[in-house]
Amino acid sequence: MPLTNALRDDILAAVPSLRAFAISLSGNGDRADDLVQETLLRALANIDSFQPGSNLPAWLFTILRNLFRSDYRKRRREVEDAEGNYAKTLKTQPSQGAHLEFEEFRVALEKLPQDQREALILVGASGFSYEDAATICGCAVGTIKSRVNRARSKLAALLYVDGAEDFGPDETVRAVIGGNG
Amino acid sequence: MKDAKSQAKNAPPGRQGGLNAEIQARIGHQLRAMYDDVVRQGVPDRFADLVRKLDAPTAAHQISDEGESGPTGEGDANDPKDGRD
Repeated sequence: MPLTNALRDDILAAVPSLRAFAISLSGNGDRADDLVQETLLRALANIDSFQPGSNLPAWLFTILRNLFRSDYRKRRREVEDAEGNYAKTLKTQPSQGAHLEFEEFRVALEKLPQDQREALILVGASGFSYEDAATICGCAVGTIKSRVNRARSKLAALLYVDGAEDFGPDETVRAVIGGNG
Repeated sequence: MKDAKSQAKNAPPGRQGGLNAEIQARIGHQLRAMYDDVVRQGVPDRFADLVRKLDAPTAAHQISDEGESGPTGEGDANDPKDGRD
């Protein structure tokens, strides 16, 4: 459809959650904003292929996710130096206790396989239906459901497993991954 | 965090592959808290400028960007099925 002002507003309205999705995927604020910018440029350039009345956020998320995937393949060698970068993207610093918990969660999230992480974020944070998440990821609805379930189980094991506090994070992760296959 | 851990210790094993509802709720809450923290930052100026100022390719040869509808392209690089799995 043509790029009306209303459509521009709708695209802008999706930007905050596109950024949140990009940061959750990449774990890096600067790279996330580059991804969002690239997504917007591509969306605007291909706006004619957007079907009026279809789900605009899902369309934009699909573009961003595909960009991240191709970018990720190119950059596979680069080890994420995400530590701290994420915190820099936050304008408000959480209180000390909350911050620790928050960090712990973010680190655990990054341990998930990418497929599971994106499925969990799309359904659990972005609020997409399983059907929309399946469209965004280009897979079956059942696949999304099982990825979300596995992601939740793995996070629970990483964060709340018995005796987790007795190990350093790396040992915990190894133990969990080794234990649960 | 401590609460959830002690709850997990005391919780019944539950059905196989299932998760303690308390832990599930906690994961959901933390996930949204992390996500919403970014969402609340709103739209950075660079993106607002980009979306407001940039013309779509078809708009370039139209008098206004609200004019007649352009051709409908289909099956391009942004096809959802494009994703690798």
